Amino acid sequence: MAEVSLRGVHKRFGEVTAVEGADLDVDDGEFVVLLGPTGAGKTTTLRLIAGLEKPDEGEVRIGGRDVTGDPPAARDLAFVFQQYSLYPHMTARDNLAFPLRAPGRRVEEGRIREKVAEIAGLLQIDHKLDSKATQLSGGEMQRVAIGRALVRDPAAYLMDEPLSSLDAKLRSELRLELKRIHRELGATIVYVTHDQIEAMTMADRIGVLREGRLVQVGAPREIYESPRDVYVASRLGSPAMNLLPGDLLPVEGKPADTATVGVRTEHLTIMRAPAGSGMGTVQRIEHLGDQNHIHLAVGEHTLVALADPMSELRTGDPIDVRLENPLFFDRDGERIAGGPR
Amino acid sequence: MADIGVRNIQKRFGEFVAVHDSSFTIQGGEFFVMLGPSGCGKTTTLRMIAGLEMPTSGQILFDGEDVTSLRASRRDIAFMFQLFALYPHMKVYDNIAFPLRCHGVPRRERRRRVRETAALLRIEHFLHRRVSALAGGDRQRVALGRAIVREPKAFLMDEPLGALDAEMRELMCGELRTLHDRLKATTLYVTHDQLEAMSMADRIIVMNHGVIEQIGTPQEIYDRPRTMFVADFIGSPSMSFLRFEGAVRIGQSSVDIGGAAIEVPELRESCPHGSLALGIRPEQVRFSDASALRGEVFGTEYLGTNQIVTVETGHGQIRARTPSHQRVEPGENVGIECRPDRLVVFDANDGRALASDLYRESPSG
Repeated sequence: MAEVSLRGVHKRFGEVTAVEGADLDVDDGEFVVLLGPTGAGKTTTLRLIAGLEKPDEGEVRIGGRDVTGDPPAARDLAFVFQQYSLYPHMTARDNLAFPLRAPGRRVEEGRIREKVAEIAGLLQIDHKLDSKATQLSGGEMQRVAIGRALVRDPAAYLMDEPLSSLDAKLRSELRLELKRIHRELGATIVYVTHDQIEAMTMADRIGVLREGRLVQVGAPREIYESPRDVYVASRLGSPAMNLLPGDLLPVEGKPADTATVGVRTEHLTIMRAPAGSGMGTVQRIEHLGDQNHIHLAVGEHTLVALADPMSELRTGDPIDVRLENPLFFDRDGERIAGGPR
Repeated sequence: MADIGVRNIQKRFGEFVAVHDSSFTIQGGEFFVMLGPSGCGKTTTLRMIAGLEMPTSGQILFDGEDVTSLRASRRDIAFMFQLFALYPHMKVYDNIAFPLRCHGVPRRERRRRVRETAALLRIEHFLHRRVSALAGGDRQRVALGRAIVREPKAFLMDEPLGALDAEMRELMCGELRTLHDRLKATTLYVTHDQLEAMSMADRIIVMNHGVIEQIGTPQEIYDRPRTMFVADFIGSPSMSFLRFEGAVRIGQSSVDIGGAAIEVPELRESCPHGSLALGIRPEQVRFSDASALRGEVFGTEYLGTNQIVTVETGHGQIRARTPSHQRVEPGENVGIECRPDRLVVFDANDGRALASDLYRESPSG
């Protein structure tokens, strides 16, 4: 395994700047997730690392070596894509062994058997090794696809939304497994997704991308608690952070040039107000089983707060709201105060 | 708005039974969600209610009147499949007016109803824009407008939000529910997404293999699942199961799992020696060094708001929702304590929840 670095990487497609001045250091053995919506430049960044695109400016380094001019095959990387591209007529075992049997690799059959068995165990597909690819379920196919990358021992793994074609349940299972496999292999992984839950739950560090720029890079907790700007604040957390005009609610310690106050749903305390008073009203209560989401109308704005399912609030109740741990953003959306000390 | 009654309907395609003998009633004005995995029979049931499929046997009633053999067009219902099916070259106004035009509604009446609908959805200000010039969320509102302008007896929706990304889906769930609160129209909504069901439904019907597993309010289905299938399908993450062998008797209020006595709601039925499972929701679990039930931390998932910790116990994995500031590391040995009042004991052979005090407070129990 090895570290992967980008130094001032630019990539333009005609008029469009897909990646703008990307600087990123992925440490040896680190799991870095690039998070952003469609068109933010995350897949292009991955393709630049892979060598499938050539940067207009800047440098790509793998294991300390400048590989900017190297073709993909010379970079020693393994890929997993969103669509599992297995050979349907082959068994799971032969699909897994395929990369090791590639001409030029000259891995002994005995060694291949060992490696396939090890990875199949890791992915818990040992019992399916003799099934044809077409006889596997979606989750099993995706495990084989991931396994086909893992049988190799490359400098780094690059993964582009490998879980997004799976259903919610399988996705949550494989999230946990990928994280465990990462730990056990000590692998360097660069992983691309638009799903903030995948980023939060798996990453050592997250790189948040917006319109081709890496806006913030940091540990999930750091990005969740201390987002650099309004954009990053709005990308993480479910339900999303409440972003309110600076003067909507009374807040202590608010800097003079505050334009927006951000408050997480779990940091709103709601108290029932006497009839005819209160800062706002309860608009709707969503019962999600483990918790309730309370939608509050305050002036023209709607806030979402988490509440205990035992809460006795009802739609239409007047309420007062107290904000804890607010974040303060200026007119340009930059955070100017708030967050953990 | 109409009551919809489904009486002992069954649907076969050759040898395959898509829907087994099913009965339920959707109350007038109710937001009713049919939830289940693909192939569970939910869409087939919707299509029978719509009149797009004939049941093999059984009856469909609208306000008590038998409509089983009535054609779809005569049932006075509005359909929504994927919400954004609009005519992009037409103006918003014409898109909404389209169904009225098809039904030969006079121009003046048409104008009044389009205006009313637009006001309800707060889209009056762009009635004369082209659909192709609108942002995603506004398009969805226009599509909604086209469905509600007809003022039908009921709305039938089949995975209308399926093609949207998570953010937009969440937003539209809120809008659909708010709209429903204003219109009070009987709505039958089909989805495989439990979060959509939980966030919008007055009542949910959970289906599996063509059979109704449970009908109830979201909270009831979450707190008092009748089967392991329901318990496993609802919740994110879903209920965890600890599997054990043994026998339980009426009046018993604890179960023994690997030498640890775990307090449960008092059982109201016995189960002779066999395979059992204890169902635990993630938010009922606390870590406690004093507990005899122990396991090894398999992984943690930081969610900001809180975190999910997965623990391997030897009787199965347990997931715990814990405060995100509580540090736990993979490989750590932890004791597990459960809040007793919401635990469920299942007969693991047929997946059925055993009767207990938990179910006594249940309205449908």
